[in-house]
Amino acid sequence: MRVGFFVTCLVDLVRPSIGFAAIKLLKAGGATVYVPPTQTCCGQPAYNSGDRADTIALARKVVEEFEGCDYLVAPSGSCSGMIKTHYGELFAGDAAMERRVAGLAAKTYELTDFLVNVLNVKETAGRYKGKITYHDSCAGLREMGVKTQPRVLLAGMPDIELIEMADCETCCGFGGTFSIKYGDISARLADNKCVHVQNTGADAVVLGDLGCMMNIEGRLRRRGDAKTRVFHVAEVLAGEGG
Amino acid sequence: MQVASMHFTARARASLNDEQLQVNLRKFQGKFVPARRDALRELTDFEGTREAARAIRQRALDNLDTWLEIFEANAKASGATVLWAETSADINRLVLEIAARHNVGKIIKSKSMVSEESALDHAIEAAGLTVIETDLGEYILQINDYEPPSHIIGPALHKSKEEVAALFSKTHKTERKSDIQALCLEARGVLRQHYLTADMGITGGNFFVAETGSVVVVTNEGNATLTTTLPKVHVAISGIEKIVPTLEDVATLMRLLPRSATGQSISNYVDILTGPKGADHINGPEHMYFILVDSGRTAVLGSEVREALRCIRCGACMNHCPVYQNIGGHSYGWVYPGPIGSILTPMYVGLENALDLPQASTFCNQCGVVCPVKIPLPDLQRKLREQEFARGLRPWYERTGLRIWAWFAKRPRLYGLASRIGVRALRALPRRDGMISRLPFALASGWTAERDFPAPAGKTFRELYRE
Repeated sequence: MRVGFFVTCLVDLVRPSIGFAAIKLLKAGGATVYVPPTQTCCGQPAYNSGDRADTIALARKVVEEFEGCDYLVAPSGSCSGMIKTHYGELFAGDAAMERRVAGLAAKTYELTDFLVNVLNVKETAGRYKGKITYHDSCAGLREMGVKTQPRVLLAGMPDIELIEMADCETCCGFGGTFSIKYGDISARLADNKCVHVQNTGADAVVLGDLGCMMNIEGRLRRRGDAKTRVFHVAEVLAGEGG
Repeated sequence: MQVASMHFTARARASLNDEQLQVNLRKFQGKFVPARRDALRELTDFEGTREAARAIRQRALDNLDTWLEIFEANAKASGATVLWAETSADINRLVLEIAARHNVGKIIKSKSMVSEESALDHAIEAAGLTVIETDLGEYILQINDYEPPSHIIGPALHKSKEEVAALFSKTHKTERKSDIQALCLEARGVLRQHYLTADMGITGGNFFVAETGSVVVVTNEGNATLTTTLPKVHVAISGIEKIVPTLEDVATLMRLLPRSATGQSISNYVDILTGPKGADHINGPEHMYFILVDSGRTAVLGSEVREALRCIRCGACMNHCPVYQNIGGHSYGWVYPGPIGSILTPMYVGLENALDLPQASTFCNQCGVVCPVKIPLPDLQRKLREQEFARGLRPWYERTGLRIWAWFAKRPRLYGLASRIGVRALRALPRRDGMISRLPFALASGWTAERDFPAPAGKTFRELYRE
């Protein structure tokens, strides 16, 4: 089984360890991992800024890079959601591209969903000790149906305790460039999230999207919380956190 | 209503810093969201009902002209008069013409958001007539010098009980009440006299039913029932998109409307009104008019955001919107706030007058999943973002930044080089505990204005993977 790993532009730039953790998990689950060397970005920043031409160019690039793989897996609900649920609309009217996009969309997965539902992973190498809480990132939850998958995998660790926070499905306020364009609104949403995380008394908040992670971690630190740790679910599952 | 959507950023900031408003918003959020969730559990097949509601609304829009003509014929047959308002100014003109024809001095109104579009109350007063809002929320706003509504079903929900008590005491010159029931009784005492002395009643319309020529008015206070039975003239005003083919369709939509809106299985009152009082009727108006409003709706129908016209005005999208929940409705600057307003407002008042609205969303899609008629709200907002981008309505630094980024992203080798340089440059910035507290450049400093930035590892994933 040849799995095309879509690193995502944020992981590539900001926290490569997430990418390596994800690859480790995929390999442990029995997949052969291929990382197309020319990949850059799924195009979502252009898409949500209204720049359709550049979005289409980047989408075409992703399709070409990954359609030869059995699967496309990304450590992000946002980027995999872009590919799976939005690419099709970009090529409406172009029957050949629509077919290719539909083919890729059908085999595109968010990491934890893929581990649980395709690789049937029951247990991972992670041995995190302590209390965590889980934030459901918007696209993962509402576009990719990621809800129980990360929780099932996390629950497989003997010394981990998952405490659900209030409003765990409410947006953290990241929203891509929204976080910069409407910084004060974004920060208020992040504040609400920080308070909910802190109210659980968890040592760490775990989630599946680096954009949201950067927002939550950045706001926690700015608010003076140097203690609550912020992990990508792949890091915890691969035994790199904690 | 005057358009103030260009002040979105400033108003949002003011709202975030308004402590009383924040308390009021939290209280409201704690009510509608859980109430809806519980009410929907009563339905055996929510998704099936939702799909049926979507199909009903879409069917009406797909043949809007036909349904409107059928409605007009049936409404006329029942003795009502059907008038068409092409612009919002036409609404005011038609209402004043009707008032003049029937020697109307006092008008009572139940809630009509469409009449807010044309600032009908101001036009009525300018013509020397009296108008009294009878929906409690609208009444509160009217006596507060016509404060704009902040929500489509709870226009005054940004106000606390204490604020309303102070307003009532000042306006009615009464002793200040402390509990909600006493306040309601006081408002009722004032409004009752107006019902009995008004010459004309104006309502909105939740649905126009083509097969019967009826208007359906959904309320909780019973004020629409009094407004449409006591005065000699009833005028129902609503948008042309509110048409549905059959009464059966209304029954399906009503399974979702109150549940999605307030979490009620059914609203306290549902009036289905057909024609003026007949010879054998005891109650009802002698004259009944419909004003069917276009005012931008056919333009929406012909646009790529046409699905927004399916809206049945339940308010679920704004109730569940994390942005609306934190900034309230006034920030949006016109009649319709929240996710649906961020589409309708730019379409009705001009995109150039409401540039922030399609942008001020995280695209979390909470609105999309709760919408009872499956309007893909973020997708439609994105369409408007595309229009802003294509028309050059975004700031130069955003367009330039995007262009440079996209240029590199399409060229993997150069992108790899630029990103390797970039992460090393970031690595060189001062940091504490792995976090950078100030980033250079206009765009990046927007991030660190509110939060720290995690210092990158110093090498990109692609670099490390190759090694």
